[in-house]
Amino acid sequence: MANTYDWPSVKDRSIIGSRVNRLDGPDKATGRAKYAYDRNPEGLLTGRLVTSPYANARIKSIDASAAEGMKGVRGVVLIKDVGDEVQWVGDEIAAVAADTEELARDAVRNFKVEYEVLPHLVHDEDVKKAGNRVSPDQDDSQGDVAKALQEADVTHEGYYGVATITHCCLEPHGNTVLWKGEKDITVWASTQAVGRIGADLAKNLAADPSLPKVSPSDVHVITPVMGGGFGSKFAIDSWGIAAAKLSRMTGRPVKIMLDRHEELKIAGGRPSWYGNVKVGAKKDGTLTAFESETWSTSGMGRGSKAQLPYVLELKDTRVRHVTVATNTGPARAWRAPRHPQCAVITHCALTDLAAKLDMDPLAFFKKNADLTSRPDVYRAELDKAAELIDWAGKYHKPGAGSGHVRRGMGLSIHTWAGAPHDSQCRVSIEPDGAVTAELGSQDLGSGTRTVIGMVLAETAGLPVSQVKVNIGDSKYPPSGASGGSTTVGGVSSSTRRAAVNAVEKLKAKVAADLGAASADEIEAKGGQLRLKSNPKKAISWANACRKLGTETISEMGNQPDRDGGKLADQGVGGVQIADVSVDTETGIVTMNKMVAVQDCGLIIDLQTAESQVYGALIMGICSALWEERVYDEMSGAYLNADMEFYKLAGIGDIGELVVHMMTGVYDDRGVIGLGEPPAISPMAAISNAVFNAVGVRVPTVPLTPDRVLAALEKKGGMA
Amino acid sequence: MSSKKTTEGPPETQQSNGFSRRTFIQGVGVGTGAAGALLTPEAEAAPPAGVVGPGPVSMILKINGGNRSIEAEPRVTLLDALRNRLDMTGAKKVCDRATCGACTVIVDGHAVYACTMLAIEAQGREIRTIESLSASDPVPRNFVKHDAQQCGFCTPGFVMACQSFLENNPNPSQADVEAGLSGNICRCGTYAGVRMAALDAAKEVKGGRRG
Repeated sequence: MANTYDWPSVKDRSIIGSRVNRLDGPDKATGRAKYAYDRNPEGLLTGRLVTSPYANARIKSIDASAAEGMKGVRGVVLIKDVGDEVQWVGDEIAAVAADTEELARDAVRNFKVEYEVLPHLVHDEDVKKAGNRVSPDQDDSQGDVAKALQEADVTHEGYYGVATITHCCLEPHGNTVLWKGEKDITVWASTQAVGRIGADLAKNLAADPSLPKVSPSDVHVITPVMGGGFGSKFAIDSWGIAAAKLSRMTGRPVKIMLDRHEELKIAGGRPSWYGNVKVGAKKDGTLTAFESETWSTSGMGRGSKAQLPYVLELKDTRVRHVTVATNTGPARAWRAPRHPQCAVITHCALTDLAAKLDMDPLAFFKKNADLTSRPDVYRAELDKAAELIDWAGKYHKPGAGSGHVRRGMGLSIHTWAGAPHDSQCRVSIEPDGAVTAELGSQDLGSGTRTVIGMVLAETAGLPVSQVKVNIGDSKYPPSGASGGSTTVGGVSSSTRRAAVNAVEKLKAKVAADLGAASADEIEAKGGQLRLKSNPKKAISWANACRKLGTETISEMGNQPDRDGGKLADQGVGGVQIADVSVDTETGIVTMNKMVAVQDCGLIIDLQTAESQVYGALIMGICSALWEERVYDEMSGAYLNADMEFYKLAGIGDIGELVVHMMTGVYDDRGVIGLGEPPAISPMAAISNAVFNAVGVRVPTVPLTPDRVLAALEKKGGMA
Repeated sequence: MSSKKTTEGPPETQQSNGFSRRTFIQGVGVGTGAAGALLTPEAEAAPPAGVVGPGPVSMILKINGGNRSIEAEPRVTLLDALRNRLDMTGAKKVCDRATCGACTVIVDGHAVYACTMLAIEAQGREIRTIESLSASDPVPRNFVKHDAQQCGFCTPGFVMACQSFLENNPNPSQADVEAGLSGNICRCGTYAGVRMAALDAAKEVKGGRRG
């Protein structure tokens, strides 16, 4: 049986699919959970970074002597050297470590760097100003889009854009590092990749021949909890390497967590996306042509291909994309890379096309659901979302209505793969009845620890409170990095496999006592091992474990990369509808309600799954209405690298939120990742709702009051 | 809303070591504010009698009902005193300038951003931190029950803001909760759970002011 792992049938599930509170909830809610930022090992030094005040400059000289000579300063390491270029404000130059944080800040102020300032470009919205900073990423054609546009009954051409936003993780990027002896390194890391940090650090330290050669396994990474990553925390980064070097230099533990302004300048950044789109359709609404010419910036880094047209597959398309190199903080992955931006580019253009066709966008998207890879799923989700927001009762044509506050609704659809990552789990069962899962995975706040506990408990027939979950430590069996919605499939599959293997061993121990010919005749349920044919013939879990004597059962479960068998799958869809009010005098957009309908295969913990979707909606509302990295064109300075002017939603800004998970038949697909998909649609849905409210497209997200008023003025104000 | 976050403390109180914040400021000879006065270089040369700093000084902080003594420079914030001198790391450092609320503690019965109060100012006051709460107390328990947390980094501050809010506003509506907790920012997007947690906890905290 152990070769064909599967989930228990619906009637045999008592835990999977229910609502279980997150296992680390009490520790987090009482401040006991220890983050990398909270580690204060004996003798701790605090490190701070010296960073560039210029958007582009060459370093002419570095004088660390004044800083080094200050009271309490224990070490300085250079990250860049004389002659190197700094290419954005906040670019890292050096790190200093001192007895206290205050003294480290004093030292940074006394650290002298001379620069030769070079020309910079920080804005990318006007691609014509970018000159030779433009590099092509993509020119993909299929069919004949020119002909398709010519033959279309109705065409629409428009400009749409999404500004760069930054991750603004509440626990900033950083680590506390202790390097003892030659090669014994401990890193308390704020990371999404417990299993990668050791190799990343070892590789980077190898570049310095004065240091001992360190192997990945010499690095002990500890991350029981971490304060938000959203795609930005996979690497050790320059400050982690510097902390290790400073610890080696001083023999003391060194903590370097980024300052808030550094966190916003150098440790986050979702690429912008701007461009022109042409779309065409038949009179009945059938979409026939899509052409786009877009650009984006990833700072000075390379770009990537557009995901256009988004979700829908057409015969006749042409998609061109270029990247603009700007002197801005480097891009990092953000929940569902490229998808949220491409949802805006596609679904805003299509909603405008529907308006030209005089068609209700819900009907338009339902009609074109055949162009998706899962038409029935999208139709079912569109119907459910429409029902939950009362589309039939509330929808009106774009701009219809009166008064200075206008209300409107808009929708968007999305997709994501979310295949399981590679994951190994060890489950042990001990003579005293203890049952433990160990994985070198990490819980980003998504509920990973809880999902593992639920799978283990279900498989062992025990309540969740009786199992132990050990994660967040590189000494446990390796499990993939948490990115791309790959974790829940990976860890639930490896845990199921290991737990089945371990429980089989225990069943074999008691088979004779229960009069069973083999372990297959026994089930683990209700805290007992018992005969499937006669549940009254049972032995308690505790007594079964006692039979182990001095032996401990220890079994592995191995989920290979991507192929989840019957346990995990990939490919989900989702629909979101926003209901907003727009004050046409102030330009302020207010959220009334937002509905998310999402499928993700078999849900292990309904509670934390719903929380993922609520969170994605709220993050999406932030990026739709307020979030924007603002640079000054002349000086190249980052103007809002703080939390006053880098605007995020507060508790009163989100309106009513409704989350509906598609379950039932969807469960048969196995577990599929959920972190990315619901984070994709909010911007497009909210932009479309604003369009529906005022009858004019506000082309660029975020939909700030100035942009709303400018769009209204272009139209000539509200009727 | 009476629970509105403030960086101002309650009226001056005479402190156990014999000087109040006002006399301390007068002693430095600048009336505009302690932080500014302490950072002026002039303070380093031959300080007049009664002046403390800029080097470390002894302070006694009354935290969760007990006295804790620390040595810290007068410029050290209450947040940094808690986290870096007393290893009380429940309050988090996020914005470090009174915007996000992750460092919220309760001082003399009101929610305060610990990043924007100096430790030396907090002497003689009743400081309550997240460490004073247990998982069975109404606010943390309801945060867990309604999954009002994801990464959890904003959570201790949110819990303390909620605790203070409910002690001062026993029968809140949802609108009251949204106004009262508007000084805390969550990045993962847990506000839907926080709304429910606050409203449910209100039924239990009612009239039950601690300490």
